[in-house]
Amino acid sequence: MSGKMSSMGGNNRIFVGGCIAVVLAAIALMTGVRTDYVFNASYVVLQFIVLASAWNILGGYAGYVNFGTSAFFAMGGYTALFMIKMFNAPLLVQIIAAACCTGVLGLGIGLISLRLRGIFFSIATVAVAIVLETVILNTDYFGGAKGLQMMRPEPIAPFTSYDTMLFFVMVLMAISAVAISRYIEQSWIGRGLRAIKDNEEAAECVGVPTLKLKLIATVVSGALMGAAGAPLVMYMRFIEPVSAFSLNYSVSALAMPIIGGTSSWIGPVIGALLLGSVQQIVTVTISSELNVLIVGVLLVFFVVVAPDGILGLVRKLRTKNSAKGDAKGGAQ
Amino acid sequence: MALELNISGVEAGYGAVRALQGVSLNVKQGETVALLGTNGNGKSTLMKCLTGLVRPTAGKITLTIDGVEHNLIGKGPQEIVNLGVAMVAEGRRLFPRLTVEENLYLGAYRPLARADLSKNLEFCYATFPILKQRSKQLAGSMSGGQQQMVAIARALMSAPKLLLVDEPSVGLSPLLVSQTIEKIGELNRKHGMTVLMAEQNFHQTIKIAHRGYVLVHGEIAFESSNVAELENNEMVKNLYLGA
Repeated sequence: MSGKMSSMGGNNRIFVGGCIAVVLAAIALMTGVRTDYVFNASYVVLQFIVLASAWNILGGYAGYVNFGTSAFFAMGGYTALFMIKMFNAPLLVQIIAAACCTGVLGLGIGLISLRLRGIFFSIATVAVAIVLETVILNTDYFGGAKGLQMMRPEPIAPFTSYDTMLFFVMVLMAISAVAISRYIEQSWIGRGLRAIKDNEEAAECVGVPTLKLKLIATVVSGALMGAAGAPLVMYMRFIEPVSAFSLNYSVSALAMPIIGGTSSWIGPVIGALLLGSVQQIVTVTISSELNVLIVGVLLVFFVVVAPDGILGLVRKLRTKNSAKGDAKGGAQ
Repeated sequence: MALELNISGVEAGYGAVRALQGVSLNVKQGETVALLGTNGNGKSTLMKCLTGLVRPTAGKITLTIDGVEHNLIGKGPQEIVNLGVAMVAEGRRLFPRLTVEENLYLGAYRPLARADLSKNLEFCYATFPILKQRSKQLAGSMSGGQQQMVAIARALMSAPKLLLVDEPSVGLSPLLVSQTIEKIGELNRKHGMTVLMAEQNFHQTIKIAHRGYVLVHGEIAFESSNVAELENNEMVKNLYLGA
């Protein structure tokens, strides 16, 4: 019992410490440094923290691999576009509307999971992305294939530039996404999702409400992905289907948790920080084409060498060390 | 706290195969009832009908709790667990990559059981002390006998009124079989648990059962009101005792 308590305490310290560090770094960036590159790069990394944490709720905890992150992300963006065109809605309303719409899309995906499991579920999520992209491509209201350009409104006080405001919003979103993912992991929902991942039929038999839990996971995961996509329009000042539905979002959202470790909330954060930063650095130092290749190479490397990600590696080393310690203690 | 399980004329099958043909039996509060039969006679199918995994094509299954009759046919596994029926499935069906403690918690999704979570956990650990020592171990890394204990304890975590046990002896050594079955008997004697147990192992089963049914080719071939009748029945002798 005391062991559990102390590890929970460590977990809390990491989470609270991480939040404080992120907020301090964000404030420093917003007030002091003001280099556009660092700003943009951090924005993208934060966006990936949201996407990876959201993906992990369904893919990591419950074992339902979603290949359609881009569908949720882009649908979030296009919902925001709709809210701007229709109601001239402020950013916060855009984000809430996007989260609601993609939450409903998540519910749909969750109902698919009733009939399809494993790889078949994943294929269905790819199909959802393709269908949605085709619909947007052929809808003039959303600009069709050539996309739409949007003017940014004035930033809301106390922010002096819209960039800073978007960045601040993304910081809050990343912290919320990680907090939600962490809450789910440690609650009854997470325990049930792990049971579904391990043996869905057995879970059903012992009275775990499998459908309800899967729907919670798909809705929360989808809503977070959509929320991450909502600021896209204002961030880029432009939205267009091919880049919004880019496969890069789907692959990264899946690669980051796998590289970091899917068993815990911190895995996707580690993966997003690592892979996101490497991608950003490679984009400016070598080439922007290469960063897709890097995701692929790293993913293959981790799947082969460390199937449980960085978290799994750390855990393995720890148990090895403690086993060594025990052996020493025994010898004395 | 009156409880009664009534099964009458239940028929079920898989596609064209008829596994149960008009099975009727009942279990009353505080009894340990044995459902005997060799492989392929429909024991597990009947258990699956009781837990909502297989839907009977005919017949009635009712559970009466304190005078309120619940029809179990058409209810899902989760609803049936919520009524207070827990099953220890054949082959244990644990979550191998989760710890023993997590496995136990997963048995406690029943809203009624969550209120007494720590009490139930204490009860499970008191019944199976080894599980307390091994609470952080992955369930898949335990021995067969210990896994069977986890499976029984997981069922107990839902604070059931009726415990269904499907072939607890599968894959266990003779010593472990008698220990496991003895534990089930103890649950009945000490804690008044109502038990319906499907089992092939006749000798071990009659040590703890009050009465029993023999299932042959999907039909109840023999019903006894006490253990002596079972032991002295000619057909049972032919089937089990090699006489």
